[in-house]
Amino acid sequence: MRINLTSVLVDDQDKALSFYTDVLGFEKKTEIPLGEHRWLTVVSPADPDGVELVLEPDAHPAAAPFKQALVEDGIPYTSFAVEDVQAEYERLRDHGVRFTQEPLDMGGITTAVLDDTCGNLIQLASPS
Amino acid sequence: MDDALFKAIADPTRRAILDELHAKDGQTLFELCKRLITRHGIESSRQAISQHLAVLEEAGLVTTRRDGRYKFHDLDLTPMRMILERWPIPKE
Repeated sequence: MRINLTSVLVDDQDKALSFYTDVLGFEKKTEIPLGEHRWLTVVSPADPDGVELVLEPDAHPAAAPFKQALVEDGIPYTSFAVEDVQAEYERLRDHGVRFTQEPLDMGGITTAVLDDTCGNLIQLASPS
Repeated sequence: MDDALFKAIADPTRRAILDELHAKDGQTLFELCKRLITRHGIESSRQAISQHLAVLEEAGLVTTRRDGRYKFHDLDLTPMRMILERWPIPKE
């Protein structure tokens, strides 16, 4: 058994695809029409055959209050590994990305938290 | 108001919260909890920290600010002035 997918619940798949590819730098892997929504995944260009991130519609009525509660308290929905959080923070900030937590050294690991514009906070992490 | 202030600063966890907000204003609950764990070894639950923040807010030492969908906590040391006004430190 292995993990090949993980997902984020997004409020708009087109907006999500644009943010996760054009801004964060992932690449589209699969796009399969499924009625109103699509099966839509992105991967890291550093690992194109690796874990896929599903940009999953948040249409379920329970999704919105759940997401709002996490965002209000600043809790990231998931975390991505980067080489250097400080460098990514500066690159993304210059792209207009909103951070709810600037890079913070937590003793061995540095993290930052950004808004994915689709209703989620995402943590970036790298070794300090 | 006096009682609320002294009660607020009587607790070591709440003093640690003030330390961290003094180091950096405008923190989410998530960031505060992480700072308390890594810098103070305080592993209280998020709910417990939230309750501590409510006590600090009641004393006027912490204010919360909503910015869109986020909620940030800021430090306000103004109530501390009361202590020095009540018991002024004599000049040398």
